[in-house]
Amino acid sequence: MIEIKIIEAVGSFAENKDLSRDIRITKIIPALERNVGVILNFKGIEGATQSFIHALISDVIRRYGAKVLDKISFKECNENVRKIIGMVVEYMQES
Amino acid sequence: MKIYLPNSAFLGNIDSFLRNMNFSDPTQLKITANKKWISIHPVVLCMIGALGLNLKSEDIKCEKLEAKSKHYLNRMGLFKLLNIKTDTTIIEHESAGRFIPLTRITNSDELTKFITDIIPLLHLASEQADSIKYVVSELVRNVLEHSESEQGAIVSAQYYKKSNTIRLGIVDGGVGVKKTISYAHPVKTSLEAIQLALTPGITGTTQMIGGTEYNAGAGLFFIKSIAQVNREFFMIYSGNAMYKLLKSKPDLKQTTLHGDPFQDRHSKGEDYPLWKGTAVGVDISLGKTKEFSMLLDLIRDAYIKTIKERKKEKYHPRFT
Repeated sequence: MIEIKIIEAVGSFAENKDLSRDIRITKIIPALERNVGVILNFKGIEGATQSFIHALISDVIRRYGAKVLDKISFKECNENVRKIIGMVVEYMQES
Repeated sequence: MKIYLPNSAFLGNIDSFLRNMNFSDPTQLKITANKKWISIHPVVLCMIGALGLNLKSEDIKCEKLEAKSKHYLNRMGLFKLLNIKTDTTIIEHESAGRFIPLTRITNSDELTKFITDIIPLLHLASEQADSIKYVVSELVRNVLEHSESEQGAIVSAQYYKKSNTIRLGIVDGGVGVKKTISYAHPVKTSLEAIQLALTPGITGTTQMIGGTEYNAGAGLFFIKSIAQVNREFFMIYSGNAMYKLLKSKPDLKQTTLHGDPFQDRHSKGEDYPLWKGTAVGVDISLGKTKEFSMLLDLIRDAYIKTIKERKKEKYHPRFT
């Protein structure tokens, strides 16, 4: 299991999609390819855009299917971040 | 090009300002103004800035301004951005500091810095900041990713004490919504392109429902929804078309977000002077930003509903 502290990469407002994509490509996907679980730690993140969360996890869900969520946990999310993650996960399963 | 600054041009009454713009000679810009008073939305300043950035300073003529409020243009950085001289001086107001002067953003790092700086400049509490940061991030990233604008995004904001609102303008001189959307969806008019761009799940990067790994096609829908839940104006102008979300009735529980922007209370037209890029203006009421969490619930419901409907449309069987 690896833990990724989002704030260390993007600061307290998670909006930079380039950095989000970097996290996905360089950390999340390689871990999943090794069958290693991923904890995305949002401690200190005051807000996030839907675009940021989409760039972070949509391709992971599309690539591995929604079952991949068994291997990813979202830690220390505030209410708004939690809602945005929930929305992205939901529409990716609908699309 | 000729621009006349009227005594009032805000989102509610911006139509006549837009219609009066004259782009007949793109090699020079002439700015004239109301003699008594100039009171304009930041998106108007951003549009003038975007026009002027394509020209050399000697090709921009601004008449000697007489209006009492002429210093506002100076304070908002219009003359500095256009690199033209002015005789107006900055007069400080009680609310001095609660504005973002015209700022050009050309890359992701500049945007991140701008978002960090904007909150203290507007003197916003953290619970008020969510919507503002969200709107700026999504709109400017749209410009950087899709507009093909060489000058990037021109951004400006102003706090209005009386209405307790932040009014934002984000403008580019790029290829416009029609061309951007056309990469993935066949559209005939700019208005049709704007309608699609505001529909959740539609992006110019793919026809695939749910978007690509990088674009979901949700950004503009979010911004329109933030304005709608706050019961404020939202305006998008591109090509010869303008769509404006009008203010809705003041009861959040009855607010319904529609996937199709034409189902919202709005005005629209497609007989405006041809704006090559895209101009977006949005008003955000600070007194209601605590509802951001509830807004996310409404957006989720509308977004999922729209995607389901589109999916049904896509796989509708044909019986012969």
